Amino acid sequence: MVSSAPTILPDPTFYPSPSQAVKAPPETLAYVVTVDPTRTRPDALVVVDLDSKSDSYGETVGRVDMLHPGDELHHFGWNACSSALCPANPHPHMERRYLIVPGLRSSRIYIIDTKPDPAKPKIVKVIEPEEVARKSGYTRPHTIHCGPEGIYVTALGSADGTGPGGVFLMDHTTFDIIGPWEKDRGPQYLAYDAWWHLTQDIMLTSEWGTPDLVENGLVPEALMAKKYGRQMHVWDLRRRKHLQALPVGEDDQMVLELRPAHDPRKSYGFVGVVISLKDLSASVWLWNRTNGSWGIQKVIEIPAEPADPELLPPALKPFKAVPPLVSDIDLSVDDRFLYVACWGTGELRQYDVTDPFKPRQTGSVHLGGIVRRTAHSKSGPLNGGPQMVEVSRDGRRVYFTNSLYVPWDEQFYPEGLKGWMVKLNAKPEGGMAPDPDFFLEFSGERPHQVRLQGGDASSDSYCFP
Amino acid sequence: MLSLTPDWPWVTVVLLGAFHGINPAMGWLFAVGLGLQEGRRSAVLAALVPLGLGHAVSVGAVILALDAARLAVAPGVLRIVAAAALIGFGLFRLIRPWAHPRWVGMQVGFRDLTLWSFLMSSAHGAGLMLAPVVLGLPSHHGEVHRGSFAGGLALLGLHTLAMFAVMGLVAVVVYQVLGLGLLRRAWVNLDLLWAVALLLAGVATLWMG
Repeated sequence: MVSSAPTILPDPTFYPSPSQAVKAPPETLAYVVTVDPTRTRPDALVVVDLDSKSDSYGETVGRVDMLHPGDELHHFGWNACSSALCPANPHPHMERRYLIVPGLRSSRIYIIDTKPDPAKPKIVKVIEPEEVARKSGYTRPHTIHCGPEGIYVTALGSADGTGPGGVFLMDHTTFDIIGPWEKDRGPQYLAYDAWWHLTQDIMLTSEWGTPDLVENGLVPEALMAKKYGRQMHVWDLRRRKHLQALPVGEDDQMVLELRPAHDPRKSYGFVGVVISLKDLSASVWLWNRTNGSWGIQKVIEIPAEPADPELLPPALKPFKAVPPLVSDIDLSVDDRFLYVACWGTGELRQYDVTDPFKPRQTGSVHLGGIVRRTAHSKSGPLNGGPQMVEVSRDGRRVYFTNSLYVPWDEQFYPEGLKGWMVKLNAKPEGGMAPDPDFFLEFSGERPHQVRLQGGDASSDSYCFP
Repeated sequence: MLSLTPDWPWVTVVLLGAFHGINPAMGWLFAVGLGLQEGRRSAVLAALVPLGLGHAVSVGAVILALDAARLAVAPGVLRIVAAAALIGFGLFRLIRPWAHPRWVGMQVGFRDLTLWSFLMSSAHGAGLMLAPVVLGLPSHHGEVHRGSFAGGLALLGLHTLAMFAVMGLVAVVVYQVLGLGLLRRAWVNLDLLWAVALLLAGVATLWMG
């Protein structure tokens, strides 16, 4: 048993509703995974000081190295979050304390304790790849979400490393792997992200590709043959049964991050699509339910930017353009602002999605980019671009890092991606700008997902409006 | 020791009913959640009936089983068995505080809510907690078991009424007036208290002999 003893009161970072969560105090620490691109040293989880009054503001103040090289840490999540207050299955007297950190390449899962000193996290349990495959039926674990039955984990590959990818469950107190989640997967084969409309018993999953399509970089022939994900899926969360597939456009591929509305009464959300074969554009789609049936429609399209082939990596020269490559999106806890990371063009966009059918762009920040190389006020020209985005619970601060996934970094930034993390300040009425004092450079390592201490816009689900 | 006054069984079941009703995990929170999801108070009220029913079935089953056992088993033996069950269950709740039913789903109708409430009450040992009271009812060697059955039914009715009243009151007041912000400050971990209550009930059952 890894878990700590039950508490007397619910963890103070659990909020019954998104409207209460936005009143949470500002975060003072971030947890960021970093990857060693040479796969010779172990990857790490670093702790970044976010307290602007602190002397070490914007610097790394803690670090825990994994136990093996080559894990390729990617996404990660908490053992428990606000969903512990949900009334059908309440278990609120536990702590948001452990980070579940999977290696996307190794399929190893680390359980990391962030207490008693949150700046000195420690590895308390390791689930080896063989055990993950044997017990879960899957490999290449990706997204982590704390939910009603335990911890839900998506995985790109089946136990033998091919397909189908899917979802498996972990016990949220012992961190033992329980087993595959699906009872009836219908036509679903590819996997990537998963999230839900918790009070509506609806699970959502998206599609990237099987391990052979991603682990050695983007496969151009597979892209031309439209083998990457082209739809998302709607499931019955309670009965674990596939309900509906929602295909995006004919030419669109790689349907990645799912961001359902936090308000449990709403039945819509946004999903980012990386690329269209037609014109290299990227897009954001809105899923919603009308009269009991789910539909999907494109609500944002971001065009490719024409470019001098001389400045482009080999793969892009023939196209004479930079694709935006929307790799991550994030929705503020109040469901008002959607952030869209364009990793190729080096831009983070902010949209007001008060009317989710008609997003209105309210902000843009350029940093990095395949051609632009936009600098921060504290840096020279940057490479990489806005990638994993995290928004504070009050919506006033936005953090992002610049590395996607090592083999893909090499294709789009072949000169060698240099890792960095920045912070933007967002205005309540819309608009945002980089914090001139926050620029964190990583030496030799590449940062990926950011999790904020106490929760953030993509960590918690709420059962009450 | 416990049978100091003839009223103690009735007072005890009413207090236990209130104790069960005030626990968010026993139903009022679910009722509030459904009301908020649909945005109307009538959804809160509609949920209370199946929630109360499920609790009554769970508790009633234990009372019925104890009553039936009294016909066949010597009182001393039954008392020891019941005490062992209570103490065993109380220890289990202490040692495995995280064990809870893994119910998924908030799209629930009357039948689902009744089942949910039955499962939650049973998993918490709500009916078992009443064992000392049931066994303390006047019934000597089965000769007045008809009276004891009626007594058991009365206990169940009173207990359910108390549970229902407290659950309903808390649900409506939280929905209408207080809001859910109080969960963060006031949702005291009742599990420990609950386990202690089971252990005490076990001891009381032994003691009655």
